[in-house]
Parts: sequence; structure tokens; C-alpha cells
Amino acid sequence: MNKYEEQAEVLRQEQLMPEIFRLTLRAPEIAANARPGQFVMVQTSPGYDPLLRRPLSIHQTIGHDQVQLLYKVVGKGTRLLATMTAGQQLNLTGPLGHGFELAASKAICLVGGGMGIAPLYFLAREILRNTCPPKCVVLLGARTAAELGPLPGNFMDLGVTTHLATDDGSLGHHGFVAELLLQHLDPELKWTVCACGPHPMMKAVAGQCRKQGWECQVSLEATMACGIGACLGCAVPQAELSGPYLHVCKDGPVFKAEEVAWL
Amino acid sequence: MTTPDLRVSIGSLFLKNPVLTASGTFGYGKEFAPYVNLHYLGGVVVKGISLAPRRGNPPPRIVETASGMLNAIGLENVGLDRFISEKMPYLREIGTRVIVNILGDSLEEYQTLGRRLSEVEGISALEVNISCPNVKKGGVAFGTDPAMAEAVTRAVCAHSTLPVIVKLSPNVSDIAQIARGAEAGGAQAVSLINTLLGMAIDVRSRRPRLANIVGGLSGPAIKPIALRMVWQVAQAVKIPVIGIGGITTTEDALEFLLAGATAIEVGTANFVNPRASQEIVEGLGRYLTDNRLSGISEVIGGLILP
Repeated sequence: MNKYEEQAEVLRQEQLMPEIFRLTLRAPEIAANARPGQFVMVQTSPGYDPLLRRPLSIHQTIGHDQVQLLYKVVGKGTRLLATMTAGQQLNLTGPLGHGFELAASKAICLVGGGMGIAPLYFLAREILRNTCPPKCVVLLGARTAAELGPLPGNFMDLGVTTHLATDDGSLGHHGFVAELLLQHLDPELKWTVCACGPHPMMKAVAGQCRKQGWECQVSLEATMACGIGACLGCAVPQAELSGPYLHVCKDGPVFKAEEVAWL
Repeated sequence: MTTPDLRVSIGSLFLKNPVLTASGTFGYGKEFAPYVNLHYLGGVVVKGISLAPRRGNPPPRIVETASGMLNAIGLENVGLDRFISEKMPYLREIGTRVIVNILGDSLEEYQTLGRRLSEVEGISALEVNISCPNVKKGGVAFGTDPAMAEAVTRAVCAHSTLPVIVKLSPNVSDIAQIARGAEAGGAQAVSLINTLLGMAIDVRSRRPRLANIVGGLSGPAIKPIALRMVWQVAQAVKIPVIGIGGITTTEDALEFLLAGATAIEVGTANFVNPRASQEIVEGLGRYLTDNRLSGISEVIGGLILP
């Protein structure tokens, strides 16, 4: 798999919600090679504060040379990222890790929680590019409607069936997004479920899939320094607890749910 | 104009330039091949190898701090056998020196590593890690007592035909004494510093940010301490010193060379800028040219004191 270091030009910075931004960059090498579920490491400051790059999943590629990132301001790095404006330069490395694999799936369900929705848009677009697209259902969840902002509309505009859940009931189902699986997926079909979101959400989704005998892929998050398998910081325990740790950056970020220990 | 002469020798180990990559920050070389022309480097120091594979510590293993990071990876590595069978075939072909960092819990383990690796084609030197702060027994004890440092160095030297570099811990009251121990044990060079023990706490949860509670601090934050220690050790021993600690730019590398280091290792900077090591090689060449110096030897130990 090809990896690049690119000086990317900021094309657009859009504030979608108070803390959530969509950044469009010109990064031709990364755009041409990225697969849904892969990520980039973004240098948010040219100095030493913060020192480390931030891993962000690719929200989508546009045309042959653009990469779009969807991120929430959670700390110093993302706060700096949010100040970037069109014309400025940003150093990226990527595309990194292994993305989702959907070789022969005929029915696919994407489950996203909070910022975990980011890579699923890229995935949904890729699925729909197929000349004979498989059945595709999207389930999106967040704490409250305001956190979803325009994202549900983005998926609906693609023409995919989209169901929503919010913890506070302000939009869609009042409850967790994992609860939508049984409400909306035909149990007669062999679903492939692709999930990205907070750990408890993915754990619940993985549990449902195991019960139903559905294939489940999860995209995990971890603190990492390098993104390329050198620092070994992004260790997660595997299902076989005595076995070696998995590393989110090189073994993932997308894993088969049964590979991971759901502690 | 002639090309600047960046060659240095570390005992019997000749390097085309003084820029190495620090163990644990450069994987087994291959991870950086998309970004760096590995053969441009003076050498690659690979991730520390133990006799048996090690799982390492539970996560979270790293946390960012001001101009640096704490890590408690716990020496996760594939073990000697897999290193030789899976990693060496690639490393043999990278066109530069391969230095293998080794770590053990006992003198016997260090001896076995030294002996077995001496039989492997394509390895230029050993770097003996006596300084990792993350393993509860062994590692840290060897690095904090001069007599123990001497003993482990002697053990490796006696069982290995390769040049031996001893990597020192800064978590001691007098690093020069430990360096003299390594020198007395037969080391061809010492490299320093390894990480400084540190800690970070999440005030909301009141829990340590690392599962291991404490970890090793690295990055630009530690550079002044590392530079001071390199300067002190360079005066205390006759063998060459390899400077490590927060080196991120060409200027950082030059500071260590001026302080008396014969070579340097680039560590945490590899995470931030995967091309850092190659950029420093290029930068040193430019520095020599710009200053009309014939070779890097004119820089090494060139500190002018007041």
C-alpha cells in the first residue's frame, strides 16, 4: 500500500456545528490512493505545541485530488486545525491503515456514532459507485440532534435509507443507535455491518451482530504518535487475550469485530 | 566544489554520516521506507530485541506532554528468532548500517543475544539497552549502577564479535560514572540519553494517563538535559559518544556534535516528521558547505567555552 507525505493546501474550512468542522484539502497523492476507513496524520502546528500529528479518518475524497476531513474540536490540535483557512498549507501523511472490506456483501449496514460517522460517508459513496449496488442501510446516532447537524441529510442525498437515533430523543429514535439494528435490518438477510463510533456503541453493535450471525467490521480509535507502526502506542487487546496486542494504525483501524477483545 | 565529508567512525564501526535513528522510533526500518531513502542515513538502530517476544504494556501507552511525549510501550518486540527470520532479510538490503538494540532481564540473556546476533549476516553493531525504565526487573538495574553497567557490557563483549554500544539512562545521579563503567567493560561507544522518567495525570478522572502510571519522556522537551549529559559524558570517557534526546532539526544535531558527540540518533522527531532523519543528513551537508568546512570532524567537540 502506498503512503505519502504531502504538503496539502487548504481549499475550504466549513464550520458545520459549533465544534464540528469540515476541512477540504488538495492532497493529490493521498486522494488518489485512499480507501474508505483509512486515515491521515495531520500536523496541526509547525512548531512543538502540539508536537504530535493528529490521526483523522478520511471523510471522503473529491475528484482526483481532494481529501475531506470531518472533525470535532476536542483539544489543542483540533482547535488549531479549526483556525486554518483557504490557501494555507498543512502537512499530511497517509493514507494509513486498512479500511473496510466489502468484497461480496449483498446487504451492508453502516452504523455511525458521533464523529465515528466521518469515515462512513466515504464508505457509503464507495458502495453506491458500484454498478449494481448492494442493499445499503445507514444508522446514525449522537447524543443530541445538534451534534448530527447536516450529516443525516448528506447521507439521504446519496439516496441511502438512513435512520437516526439520539440519546436525548431530540431526533429519530430515543435511545442508542445500536438498538436500530434489530428495528430496521431484515433478519433473513446476511448483513455486513460496518461500525465506527464510541467504544460502548461498537461493543453493542458487535454483540448484536454476533447473535444474528452477521459479519461486523469496526473502526477503532487510539492515541498514536506515528500512525505507521513504529511507536507501538496504539495497542488494543485482541480477542485471544493472551495473544499479542493489535495495533490500530497498522492492523486496523478497521478490524473484524471478533478479532477484538470487547472489555 | 567537493561533496562535504560527513563520514565518522564509532570505534571500528564506520558510518557514511553521523545520523542514526533511535531504537523504538523507527520500527524495523521498513515502516519508514515510503518517506526516507534509508541508504541516505548513517545507520538504522532497530526496535529493541529480547530473546523471547514481549507483549508490552497494556494501553494507554502514550500521552503527549508539552513539546514531548511520555511512552510506556513496555519493550514490545517480535523476539530474536522472528527478528532474524522476518526483519533481517529486508534490513540486509537497505544499504546502510544496521545496529540492533538488545535488552534482557539477565546477564545470560544479554550474552545469548550478543552471541546469536554476531552470527547473523548484515548486522554492523549492537546497542545494549541497559536503560529502559519500563520493565520492572533487569533493565533498569543494569543502567543505574556503574559496576552492573560494566558487568553487562563485559558479558556482551565477551560473547559477541560485533562493536558494542551501550545506551545509557538519564535517570541516575551521575551519568558519567555509568559511562565509565561501560567503557571499562569494553564498550566501543556509549549512546545517550534514553527517556527521562515522567508522569501525567488526568485531573478529571484523577487517574494516571498511562496504564503503567509512569513512562519515558522524549522529544524536544528533553533536549537541553540530553545535551548537558552528552557534554559531561564526552569529557568523562575516551570512547565515542552518540547523542540522543529531542533531536528534531539540523541545528539540534549540530549542538550535540559540538558538545562532543561523534554521531547522533533521531528519535521522537521521526513520529512528527517521518523524513526528519534524512533532512538532518542533508542539513549537515549544507552546513559544512556553507561554512567552508571540509568534514564533520571539524564540528565534533568544537564547542568554544567562555
